[in-house]
Parts: sequence; structure tokens; C-alpha cells
Amino acid sequence: MAGALNYINATKGLKSWIFTVDHKRIGIMYLAFVLLSFFLGGMFALLLRFELLTPSTLYLTAKQYNQVFTLHGAIMVFLFIVPSIPASLGNFFLPIQLGAIDVAFPKLNLASLWIYVLGAVFCFYSIVGGSIDTGWTFYTPYSSSTDTSVIPMVLGVFILGFSSILTGINFIVTVHKMRAPGLTWFKMPLFIWALYSTAIIQVLATPVLAITLLLLALERTIGIGIFDPALGGDPVLFQHFFWFYSHPAVYIMILPAMGVISEVVATFCKKKLFGYELMAYSSLAIAFISFLVWGHHLYVSGQSPYATMLFSLLTFLVGIPSGIKVFNWIATMYKGTIDLKSPFLYFLSFIFLFTIGGFTGVVLGSLSLDIHLHDTYFVVAHFHYVMMGGTVMAFLAGLHYWWPKMFGKMYSELAARIAFVFVFVGFNLVFFIQFIMGSKGMPRRYYNYLPEFQPYHVLSTLGSWVLAVGFFIMLGYFIHSLMKGKTAPENPWGSSALEWKTASPPTTFNFDKNLDYIDHGPYDYPEENK
Amino acid sequence: MSGSKLGNVAHHFENAYQQFSSAKLGMWLFIVQEILFFSALFVAYAVYRGMHPEMFVDAHHHLSWKMGGINTLVLIFSSFTMAMSIRTAQLNQRLQSFWYLGTTLFCACIFMVIKFFEYAEKIHHGYLPSVWFSGEGIYETMHIFFGIYFTMTGLHGLHVLVGMGLIIWLMLETRKGKYNSEYFTPVEMVGLYWHLVDLIWIFLFPLLYLIG
Repeated sequence: MAGALNYINATKGLKSWIFTVDHKRIGIMYLAFVLLSFFLGGMFALLLRFELLTPSTLYLTAKQYNQVFTLHGAIMVFLFIVPSIPASLGNFFLPIQLGAIDVAFPKLNLASLWIYVLGAVFCFYSIVGGSIDTGWTFYTPYSSSTDTSVIPMVLGVFILGFSSILTGINFIVTVHKMRAPGLTWFKMPLFIWALYSTAIIQVLATPVLAITLLLLALERTIGIGIFDPALGGDPVLFQHFFWFYSHPAVYIMILPAMGVISEVVATFCKKKLFGYELMAYSSLAIAFISFLVWGHHLYVSGQSPYATMLFSLLTFLVGIPSGIKVFNWIATMYKGTIDLKSPFLYFLSFIFLFTIGGFTGVVLGSLSLDIHLHDTYFVVAHFHYVMMGGTVMAFLAGLHYWWPKMFGKMYSELAARIAFVFVFVGFNLVFFIQFIMGSKGMPRRYYNYLPEFQPYHVLSTLGSWVLAVGFFIMLGYFIHSLMKGKTAPENPWGSSALEWKTASPPTTFNFDKNLDYIDHGPYDYPEENK
Repeated sequence: MSGSKLGNVAHHFENAYQQFSSAKLGMWLFIVQEILFFSALFVAYAVYRGMHPEMFVDAHHHLSWKMGGINTLVLIFSSFTMAMSIRTAQLNQRLQSFWYLGTTLFCACIFMVIKFFEYAEKIHHGYLPSVWFSGEGIYETMHIFFGIYFTMTGLHGLHVLVGMGLIIWLMLETRKGKYNSEYFTPVEMVGLYWHLVDLIWIFLFPLLYLIG
């Protein structure tokens, strides 16, 4: 394979990357930016965990502490986790899994990458020019009165929203119009179904965030008063608008992760995915229900008790499709030929951590418990179990799974397993303790705390260092793989999926020859015939 | 790979039909997100009208329904000329298509000029959002109505301006003979966008100008 022309070496020079319309190159560039954001957001996390080592001030002022947790949240949500899987792995593999040459609108795809970068520039400007301290939710009235740089961050997120919408439109059209001959809807891999469901949410929810942030900017600049009670406005309306996007956005984050997990479990069990159709429908069901649950963020914000009851009920409904998925993944392992490689380890940790995150979500969705747990570390632990234990673990599973295909190089499996242990142990050390802390009444976003909580905070901070070590080991072996890694074969994991039937790394047009008519499902393993 | 394809088919499409239908689906999705973009403003309108129903009725008397009505007719007529420019482009009638586009652009200009005079009058009498409000009125909260009025019509006006830019671009391309019965995708896409802009105004007009 060495010396063969592929998408990486087909053309040379910086310009050939900046102006490329190749979805694979765009995906790789997204991957680089997204990982950079993850690094930056992670650094802020380490800073704030370090401050929390002692009950009183350690090295940050109260205002700096607020700025650090805001920047951690805003960077992780808007720059990392929303684009993470769809824009990087999705961009790379969606057209290949569909047997297409590219996405439907390659130039739009490139535009959305550079719009993302432009949005990121505004966010970074907000960091250096008087960092924002409102929390990533930008709640009014504080966000319309604080003297920190709200507008650059809000503008940055507004621009990032456009990038997200354009990617969503591109993916929906690609799935509808670019499938290879014979690839009908129910022959599509579940990663595609997940990206499709995600894209629907991106197109429908993100514009509402855009207008909300625009109104917030108007509120700050000309004091339009729409969220200001002194002028006859209503600050709770901001929360409704904000969560009408941001709750579906939670599923923008988790659905692609579920797609990755489905791919990984089928490949490493060499078995047809259990309940394939139901998996596809449950992705769509999650996308649909996601629009009906935003009010569960407002239980204590003074919305009507009837609305609260309804939102609680609807929130419980999310548990059904999510439960279907978890059971199906576990059932897929049953009697499978399990290959315990690093992507599969991340799959296992996903199942374990996502289930904890999901169940605690049901706890928070119930009214009486939420009154007690609202704004405590229990909430922080819950969403980190879903977002990091779920999405980030799946992202890592996908990164390890598709790494050989993307770069044509293998990484050290031993180093990957060592890093996995650090990441898994570190993660649980940071966040499991926060469930206990939260249920004992430790409020989130507090700068100083009562001395009795110190042992929990110390453990949590120690965990953050273990986690960091895990990620640095990972950085090490990935860089080593790029420099000196062994050349990857076409199909190192023995997968039956379409993307493994092309070269590693793929050529510019993905498949050298015309594809055969696709007459079988995505997870067609010989075991099935027995 | 694209040896047998027509000049306008991009490298990653099989044929012109796939390209056209992809563009059309993409445009419809874009329109959906535009509607959701405006939807939050419609919700804000509903919430505040529910909170202050009498104030809304009183405040809307300060808007000129005649100017708004003329603008509605102008936009509906421009939607017709836009549709005709697509039709004539499909029939290879380049000159007619060009002039239909020109008429649409002219209508958009009329709309913006009328809007300008409306805005100037509001600003002159102090019917402005929030702290800038200095107009006469029995309700203290009247600035909320004008906050919503200026945000909604302002964003709509911005969309009209974008549409005007797109129509000018189409006119230049039409003059160069870019569009014919085989390839008229941009004309149809801008047409869809223009109808959306028209449709949003059709909802804004009764909600703002014709209350009570």
C-alpha cells in the first residue's frame, strides 16, 4: 500500500487543505480543531478542580473562578461536544458508509468548517478580552448586566450555530440523495441513522438558540427589555428559549455517540446488531421526544405546576428508546465472538457509564427529588456521566476504531489499554464522588464550600489528574502512530461494514471501482447463517 | 469520472436530476430553519400580547395599516413576478426572465423605501424600544410592543436586503446566459427563499398592524 495515492497525499500544500472540498480532509481538520478545543476546555477543568482542593480560596478570585467554569462549559459544549462526532467522524464516514463520493454540498461543508473557526475566534476573543462569567447557559438577568465580555462569546456561539445548521442540512440531504445503488434506508448502518436523527435536531433546534442569543445581545446593547422584568419583560422566557435549543442539543451530543457504539459493538462481536430496526426507530424517537422535555430544566424557575408535571412525564419517556438501545447493545454481545480491543473497552465503559448517567437522569426528572437535587453536584455528576461517560467514551471508541482507516496507521494496543484504565478510573473518581456530594447538599458553581465536603473534593480533584494522565498517554501513542505507526491493512478489525472495503486511508473519491449493488444489511457476519 | 456528464453537474453527483433534487431538499431544510429562527419571536409576541392585551391594541394604532397594507400587496406581487422569472427561465426565455427579476427587485426596493418612511416616522415620534421610548401613550409598557415590532420587522427587512442581493446576482448571471431549461437551480432556490420572505411578512402584517 505504501506510496499509493490517497486523500492525504493526493495534493500537496497548505492551500490544498484550506480550500479542499473533500469531506475526509474537512473531517480531519474538524477533528484537529475539536481536539484542540477539548484540550483547552480540559485545561480549564483542571484549573477549577485545583481551586476546589480547599474549602477556602486557593489561588483564584471568586470572579476568576466563575470565569473558569463558564469557559470550561462554553468551550466543551459549543466548541467540542456539539461538533465532536458529527463534524469529525461523521464528515469522514457518512459519505463512505453511503458509498458516495462526497456529501451533497461539499462547498457548504467547507464553509461550515471555516464558519466554525470564525465562531471559535470570537469565543477565544471573549477569553482574552475580559472572560465571560455567566455560566455556559447565559441566564438573564445576570448575563445582561455583568461587565465581562458576554457579547463576543454569544456572537461566537451564534456563528457556531450556523456551522452546526449547515452541517445538519448537508447530512440530511446526503442521506436522502447520495446513497449507493441498493442501499435502502434499512440497509444503512446505525451510525448513519444516528447522524440523520442528529441532523434533524440541528436544523430544527439551533435557529431558536440563534434568535435567543440575538435577543440577548440586543438586551445588552440597546436594552430591548424583552427579558428584563423592570421593563415589563420576563427572564424565564429566556430560559424557555434557551432550553428549547439546549435540551435537544443534549441529544445532538449523545445520538451520534450511540451510532458509533452500534458500529463498534457489531464489529467487535462479529455479529448482526440485535434489533436493528428498533435501533433506527429509537434514534428517531429520541430526536422527536427531545423537543418536548425542555421544561425539566425549569422545575424551580416558577413555571406552572401543571407544565412541570407534564414535562416530568415526557422526560421519563426518553428512558424508553434509550433503554431499548442499551438492551440491544447488551443483547448483541450475547453469543458474539467478542474481541476485547481498545474500541470495545470504550464501548463497555460507555454502556456502564451511560446507564448510570441515564438512570440519574430519571432521578432528576422526577419532581420531588429534583427540588432537593437541583443545582447540586448531583446534576453536575449526572450530565458528566452522560456527556463525558457517554459521548466522550463513544468518541474515543470511534477514534480508536476508525483511526487505522483515517490515517492508514495502527497505534499501540498496549498503550491504548493502559490509557483506557487511566481514563476510566480517573473519570469515575472525579464524578462518582460528586453524586454523593450532591445528594448531601453541595451546591454546584460554588467557589468556597463547607469543610465537611473537603474529602470529596480532594478525591474528585485527584481523579482529574488521573484522567489527565490518561489523555496525555493517548496523545503520546496517537502521535507515535502518525510518525512511526505500522501501516494499517484495509480491514484490521474484520468488519463487514462498507467503509472497511476501501483502502486505508481511502482515495480521494473513496472507492476506486464502482460499488456492487448493495443487497445485504450493514452487519452481515457469517455467524448469522448458522 | 465526469466525462459523460453535462457541464453543470458537479463531480460527486451522478446526474443533473440528483443535483437539482439535492439542492431543492437542502433549500427546503434551510427554509425550515428560517421559520424556526423567526418562531421564537412569534412566541415572544404571543407571550407579551397575552400579558398586555390592551396595550397591544392601543400601541398598534401608532402603526400605519395603509403603509403596511401597500407593502403586503407589493410583496405578494413580487412573489408572482419571482415565480414568473423561474417559469420563463425554464422555458429558455432569458430576456423575460431578466425583466421579471428586475420587477421583483423593484418591488423589493419599494418595500424597503416604504419601510424606511415608517421607521423614520416612529423614530421621529419616539415610538422606540425600551429606554428610548418617548412617545405618547396611556400604557407604560408600550415600549415592549415597539421592541417586538422593531426586532421582527428589522430581521425581516434584513432578509429582504439579502434577497435583493441574491436577485441582483441572478440578474447578472441571467444576462450572461447561465440559466436555461436544463439548468435553472439557482433561480428556483432564490425563488423559494423569496416566497419565504414574503410569507413571513404575510404573518407579520396582521399580527402587528391589524390587532383588535
